[in-house]
Order: sequence, then structure tokens, then C-alpha cells
Amino acid sequence: MRYDIRLTIRHDYAAPVGHARHLVLVTPAHMPPRQRLLNQELTVTPPPAETVSHLDFFGNLATVVTHTAAHPRMAITMTAQILCDPLPAELNIAPALGDLSTELDSLPSLLPNAPHHFLGVSPRIPHDDGIAAYARETMESWMNVRDIVVAFGKRIHDEFDFVPGATTVETPAAEAFAAKRGVCQDYTHVMITGLRALGIPAAYVSGYLRTMPPPGQARLEGADAMHAWVRAWCGKEAGWIEYDPTNALFAGQDHIVVAYGRDYGDISPVRGVLRMSGDNLSTQSVDVIPIDAV
Amino acid sequence: MGGASAHLLRDYRPAAGVSDELLAPDGTVRPVWRKFVEHLANLTPEEVEARFGRGDRYLRDAGVFYRKYDSAGPAERDWPLSHIPVMIHDDEWAEIRSGLVQRAELLEEVARDVYGKNTLVERGCLPPSLIAQNPAWLRPLVGTKPVGEHFLNFMAFEIGRGPDGHWWILGDRTDAPSGAGFALENRVASARIFPNFYAKTDVHRLAGFFRAFQAALEAGQDPRDGRIAILTPGPLNDVYFEHTYIARHLGLLLAEGEDLAVRDGKVKVRTVDGLKPVSVLWRRLDGTSCDPIELDPDSRLGTPGLVDAIRGGGVRMVNALGTGILETRALMSFLPKISQVLREERLALPNIATWWCGQPRERAHVLENADRILIGSAYSTRLPFDSDERMMLGRSLDAEHEGGLERLLIDHGRDLVGQEAVTLSTTPVWHEGRLVPRPMVLRVFLARTPTGWQTMPGGYARIGSAPDTAALAMQSGGTVADVWVVSDHPVSRKGMVGQRPSETRRQEIDALPSRAADNLFWLGRYVERAEGNMRLFRAYHARLAEGLTRDHPLLVAMHDLMAPGAGGRSAAMAKSFELPLESALVSAGRVRDLLSVDGAMTLQDLGDTSRRYAATAIPEDEIAQKVSVLLRKITGFAGLVHENMYRSTGWRFLSLGMSLERAASMAAVLAALAREGAPEGARDLALELGDSAMAHRGRYSGVASPTSVADLLALDNDNPRAILYHLTRAKKQISELPGASDHGRLAPAQRLALKLHTRLAVETPETLTPAKLLGLREGMWRLSDLLLSTYLS
Repeated sequence: MRYDIRLTIRHDYAAPVGHARHLVLVTPAHMPPRQRLLNQELTVTPPPAETVSHLDFFGNLATVVTHTAAHPRMAITMTAQILCDPLPAELNIAPALGDLSTELDSLPSLLPNAPHHFLGVSPRIPHDDGIAAYARETMESWMNVRDIVVAFGKRIHDEFDFVPGATTVETPAAEAFAAKRGVCQDYTHVMITGLRALGIPAAYVSGYLRTMPPPGQARLEGADAMHAWVRAWCGKEAGWIEYDPTNALFAGQDHIVVAYGRDYGDISPVRGVLRMSGDNLSTQSVDVIPIDAV
Repeated sequence: MGGASAHLLRDYRPAAGVSDELLAPDGTVRPVWRKFVEHLANLTPEEVEARFGRGDRYLRDAGVFYRKYDSAGPAERDWPLSHIPVMIHDDEWAEIRSGLVQRAELLEEVARDVYGKNTLVERGCLPPSLIAQNPAWLRPLVGTKPVGEHFLNFMAFEIGRGPDGHWWILGDRTDAPSGAGFALENRVASARIFPNFYAKTDVHRLAGFFRAFQAALEAGQDPRDGRIAILTPGPLNDVYFEHTYIARHLGLLLAEGEDLAVRDGKVKVRTVDGLKPVSVLWRRLDGTSCDPIELDPDSRLGTPGLVDAIRGGGVRMVNALGTGILETRALMSFLPKISQVLREERLALPNIATWWCGQPRERAHVLENADRILIGSAYSTRLPFDSDERMMLGRSLDAEHEGGLERLLIDHGRDLVGQEAVTLSTTPVWHEGRLVPRPMVLRVFLARTPTGWQTMPGGYARIGSAPDTAALAMQSGGTVADVWVVSDHPVSRKGMVGQRPSETRRQEIDALPSRAADNLFWLGRYVERAEGNMRLFRAYHARLAEGLTRDHPLLVAMHDLMAPGAGGRSAAMAKSFELPLESALVSAGRVRDLLSVDGAMTLQDLGDTSRRYAATAIPEDEIAQKVSVLLRKITGFAGLVHENMYRSTGWRFLSLGMSLERAASMAAVLAALAREGAPEGARDLALELGDSAMAHRGRYSGVASPTSVADLLALDNDNPRAILYHLTRAKKQISELPGASDHGRLAPAQRLALKLHTRLAVETPETLTPAKLLGLREGMWRLSDLLLSTYLS
């Protein structure tokens, strides 16, 4: 499937901003054969004084844009064309949870893909007893690691309400968990917190969703803005799987990956520091349109 | 030992099973201490106290303090010097030194590996989770090569002596170690306490170490245009004093994160003359706090983009960002093996026995020895004796944790580490006229120079306040002591640092950070405002004492000048100088590195006195006299500013702040008091406030008239209380600021200063109306705003 993707993020500042520096992570990842980046363009207005890109630790494309002249608003537009292949069907060959730590110990690697990065706490994923208990009680004795991931993700989907605006990008997982509602970021953070408490490596994935579903299918939640889902490690054989708790399904051809990180903080789309007060308005719009069938 | 020594040591009884620095196991005084103990024993207790007092006075006068945090909030505390130095023989020191250099080299290799290829993890020498889940492992820095090749350039080790007499490493300080400046101050103090003895004893001097490191920093500087800056967390840090001290003594720029900016991949400092390059950054700020964009987003202390600059090789960091990971406690359990693998060497100085509980064998050992093993976070970078470090004996954890210690170790072993509970050696401290043993640890500093690692010959000892080791941290009442490394041979006696070559001095001047200029300007304004209001307050109470009532027109006029809107009570009016004084102290605290010690002490003393007065009920008739005390102190500060300060750009901002405030307040005073129809006694009052009664008598015979007063206090270019005098001075200062004129064209601030000056200069005493005075005052505030927006934002 080939998609045209267009993202616009607008910041309207309460007062004009002089010097500003932003780190932007919005470009779809090029990772053949799953997804091939055919072309992409990042446009920032007003035009930045400096634009420099690098690959971050996890291999995500990060772009630093710097403005030096005063400006009342900033707009970031990313357009890309991407070719997504259907993911091959997976075998359910994950180990039992009890065997996972032995498999981890036999992987002495700190490469970006290594599961060790995605265990324990990270800045936005502190340990939480409540979520840990919630995850534990989801497990059944017959489940292997992959079954646990799916059961836990589905349970979050079933018991949480998707309520845009109920939370902000700053909302801690524990708060969303207590209220049992939020948006994709909250679903994802709660799921990561629970999986890590069980000892299952879990990562945060940011990306895009196809805006309008194929005929006859329901529209997916979270398509109006950048989306987020979970990547979980199911042992050496099965490796990483991606599950979308907001929609209770495996990430498929309609999930387009932008970046992988430990939590939202590692890969939030726009990171910057504004030393100012007042209300700043930020809006985001996303269009993911299929252009032909493969 | 003579009888005197015996008296001194009467109560000196080291505990059993503990090594003692002073006494050998057979109870005799160790040779390295003998002369010192004899010397001390020959002093009377009164002499000893007087000498200790001399050392304390030096530290106070030098402004040495640390910031203590307790329930009452942060407070500055006197430096807790234990006056008896710790003596260590040269030969023993040589062993310590070579052990520490070996460890420094090893840690450098570990840093290179964990920020590079990670072969230590691949080869099984380090568990992957210890790195991957370690908050001190800064992922954005992985793969970056430090400018100047090395990760570590300045570090410290915390060492202690065990019961068997051997030294152990208790902690590695590799991120932003503090204490070297304090060690230097301790030395100056102890040399003053024992001046003759120190002079004739072969104690290794510390100056050479600082000179060598300074030279190393300068060697890393961009020869064309690159400054060396110390990056400090700012005045609220507990050891901010040390940052200002080192900056002053080594002639380095003191910068807070917000003083720095990253442009085109380079680090710049915001100065009154625009952005200037910084090529070396000596970091005293924790790595994670350094960049809110790529590191801790909640940090308000960092510089956005610093990581980006480092990635592009735009700045040399001392030490590299990310080296904090080497302080991880659990790393200690792997270093002995890593030393074998990487360097095929045994560690000459062992570190404190440490077991990472992520492995079954280690877990079993910790469990078996739960009575003598402390358990804490594997990732902790705190020292075992830090007051806020929580380590618990395995046995007590066993009782506390549901499921017992075994369950805890199985469930959370990777995050936990066991460490042997160490028994430290004891060293003598002075207690009620005698010596008593107290536990101690030493902090030893190493600096990388072009010829290799240099060790500070001496260091910084922390000593417990009680016989047990729990109270070692300064925050819980511990003390610090100088460390004397004593040689049997003559030592080099090159002088202390402090005399700086002129080039470094120039660096400070041309690169005055905007923040510093801003604080100096406001310091000037606040001090002057406080002084003006003190004079009003004193005059007010003098009139009250003469029998005038508070509703007398003259007193009402004064009240309105001082504190319009405030009630007529003295305490409310006193706020008109107490508050500016507090603000002045805050501003001064933020530029401590730029003020002379005398200047800072004078202000401190002024603030203390003012607070003391404010807290006590002073009878009305004594108020004038008390305020005179404050006035003498505040004019003392102004005198220091004008007589002792180098005419740097910083001085210009301070002086400008004072001039504008003084001229503006005099304009208000004259508009109120020197007008036609002012209350009786108003003109004499104006002269009193302008400290010009005597000058008036000398120049004009007869009583003060509106014109004679205006002549002397507004238009006299030779009277340092007159408005014109200060406008002339301000005009000159502004013309000497960076960028004042562009090819002969006047800059806005310069143009306004000239306009104001001309406006007043063409007046005569007869034409100068109150309205014109108030208009001028308005103009001065506009000039102040213009200066702030031009140079200081």
C-alpha cells in the first residue's frame, strides 16, 4: 500500500518568541521491507536560521530547527510518500514468562534494538504498583509472553474510554490509569508500565494511522493526530511485536512507524524550551491517504 | 613523648578493631605525627583556641560558606573546619597516588567503552541492564567522541582506611566533583593556624596542582577566540561558593546555563557585547541537567542545544557529558575484573567490596552475610556516607520486606547492590582541650595535564561528629579538615595561585555575561535606593526627636518621598531601605565571583545588622543613631566600589546603577523640598539629605534659598550628591560600554544620556522648576530601561 502522509503542527505563541530551538521527530522511518520512505519533505515556517538532522540513539531521524528572529507562530509541515508491505503472518512461538529473563541474559547487547533498553523505569514510565497489579491479574497460567501482551492490551482497550482532551501530553500513566480514560499516548504508557512490571521489555512507538478505513471497516481511533502504540519483546525467537491498545489490534499495514523510544519523552514529535509565560496554542492535523493498492 | 603530649592524648583511645591515623597499634604516636603533636602540646589551651579562632576568622573573612538545607530552608553556614590537619607520609601517599592514577586510567577506558562499542557488555564484563537501565547513561551522547579525546579530565576519589591499615576506594567522583577549591581554602586556614610550624615543615604545597590544571585548561582553549567557563548550577547550589572561588582564582568565566547559548553548533556566552565563543566548559552541573531538549526536560539549569554542540565537536567538556555513569555504585563490583580484561592489571587500590545482586552467586553471598552487608540501589551515584543516602543492613531489610530479603533479591536483584559495611580509620580532632579520635574519609583530586594525571598532594578530609560513621556528612554536623602530605625531604614552596597574568584578567572584562551585568546594575540601584531612604528615615526620626509631630508638613513630605502609601509607622517606613537592601544582597549573591571579598562581606554585614535591628524593638530616640550605623556601613560599600574596584565593564554597570538611582532620587527630593512654598526647614533638610550642609556654608553665606540649594544639589558638577554630577558620570560610563557608538553615530542609550545631560546643564537655579526635575527623573528611568533592553536581555 502506498500512502501520502501530511502532518501539520502549528504553535501560536501568546507573545512573539525570539530565539527558539526545537527537536522534531515526525518523519516516517525507512525500514524495508515493512515500510519504504519514497520521498519526504519537512517545511518549517518561518524558515529556520539553521536546520540540522541526525539519527538519535534508537535510529530515529531527528531534526533540530533553530529560529533566531522574533516570530509569533511556527508551523511544521511534513509530507512524505511511503510504501507499506503487508506484515508476514507470525507464529506464536513466544516463551513462557518465566523463561524470558534467561533469554534476556543470553543477549549481551546494547544495540538500539536490544530489549534491555525497554525494561525498568524510564523518565515517563516510573514503577506503579496499581498498574503492576492490573497487569498481573490479566495473566492466565496458560499464556505465553505474546498471549500476555495481547490480553493486557485488549483489556486496556476494553476498560478504558478513548476521550480526546481528557488528558494532556504531560499526564502521567498513573493518572490516566486511575481515570481509565485518555488517548493513545495514555493507553500506550499504561500498557508499557504494566508489561515492564511483568519483566516484558516494552517500547513506545510513535507513528501515523490511515485516516479513512478501507470500505466496510470501522475508522480507527487516533487517526486525527500522530498515533502511538506498543512494541513488546517476546523472546529471541519471536522478537518484537507491535500492538495497538487503543484499537485492540496488532500494528499492521495501516500503522506507519515514525520512531521507537522508551516512552513519549524520548520521541515526542516536537521538543523545545520556551522561556515564557502565557497561553500557547498548539494544533496538529494529520492526513494519511492511500494512493493505490499494491 | 613529653608530659605535655601525654596530657593532650589522655582521652585519646581509638576503638578496638579500628585503625587510627595518629596512634600505631602499640599505642605510640606514628612518626609522621610526632613533631606536630609536640608542637601542639607546647601551646597552652588559650593559645590553641586563639589560633583556631584565627583560622575561623580567615574563613569567615574570605567568605567561605556552604549552603545547608534543613526544615527552615536553605541557609548559609560557616565553614566547619576541624582545625587539626590529617598527616600522611609521602611514601604512603605515593602508593595512594599510583593506585588512583591506575583507577583513573581504567575509568577512562570504561567511559570510552560504554559510550562507544560496548565491548564490556558483549564480553560479559558488565550486565546489559546495568547500563541500559541506568539513568546516568546518557543515550544522546552514545557514539560522540569528546573534543580533546578524553572523557575524564578532573576527578576525585573518596577513600578510607580499613581496620587492616590499607586504603579502600569508597566512591568515584567523575561527573562534576566538588571540593578542590575548599581543599585550597582549608589549606590557607590551617597554614594560618600553624604558621611557623607549617612554614618549616616539609608539607607538599597545593599550588602546583592548580597551576598545572589551569595550564591544561588553557591548552584546550581555542587560541583565536575561545573562553574557558565554569558551568555552575547557580547560587542555590550548596557549593556555589566554591564555583565562584575557583572562577576568581583561576581567572575563568563563571556561567550559568542560561548565560550560554548554542549557535551554529558552537557554545557562546551572552555578554554585554553580544555572543562570545566559549571553547572549554568546566562543568560543575550534573550531566543530566545540562540540556533540557535532549536530556532532562525538567531542568531549568541547562542550556538548550548543548548536546547538539557536543555532538558536532563544538565545545571541549571537562568532564565529558555522561561520565556520571562511572559513579554508579554497582560498577564497583565489576571493576576488578574489567581491570584484568582491559589492562591485564590488578587494581592496586581495591574498592569497597560490592556485590551486584543480579547474579545468583552474588545474591547468595549477600543473603548469607546479611548482618554485615548494606543494601541499596545499584544505580545510586551517592557515596556510602551521604546523609541522604538510604542503604540498609541486609538483616533489617529482611525484616522489613514482605517475603524477606531472599524474595526481594530475586525479584529486584538487578536493581540492588550489597556493600560491605566499612569501618573507617579515626583521626584526631580537638575536643575540650584534648584530642579525641573521630572517623574520617579523604577526598583526593586528580587532574589530567598534558604530561598525565596529577594528584593534588593533600586533599579534603571529612570527619564524623561522633565516634560512629553515620554523621560524616557536613549536612549532619560533620566537619572537614586539611590533609598534610609530609615529606622527609625539602618540598617545593612555590606560592599560591591568585596572581594572574594580565591576559586572563582581560578575558573576564571583555566577556562580562549579560546576567552578571544585570545583577551589578541592580545591585547599584538597590544599594543607592537603600542609602537614600536611610537618610530620609534618619532625618525623619531626628525631626521627631526634636519635637515635630508626624502630621507636620515636613514629615509628611518625607514620608511621601520614602514610602508613599505606607502607614506612618516607623516599621513600615523602615521597609523602604530594608527591602532594597535584601534585593541588593540577592543581586550580590549572583555575582559573588565579580565582587571583592571585602565588598561582599561589607554587604553581608550590612544585611545582618539591618535584620538584627528590624527584629528588635528600638526606642524612638535611638532610631536615628542606629540608622547612622547602617549609613556608615553602606557608604563603606560605596567607597569600596569607587576606590577599590577595577574599572571593568562590570564596574561601569554597577556605577551606572548607582548614578541613575542617586540622580533620580535627588530630583524627587529637590522637586518636593526646594520649591517655592515648601514647608519650613525643607531646604535645610534637602541639604542634609544631600550631605551638603557644610559645602553650602562654605559657598553661600547665609541661609539656604531655593536657588542656592538647586545650584548645589542639582547643577554642581563637582558635588558627588548633585544630579548633574551623576548625569555627567553616567554619560561617560555609557560612552565606554561596548558598542556605544557605531562609526561615530551615537547608539540610542548614548544619545539619551547626552540629551538628559544637556537638558539639565543649560538650566540655571532660577529656571529649574519642580516639573522639569520630575521630567528629568522620568528620563533617567527611561535611560535605565534602555540600558537593560540593550545590554541585559
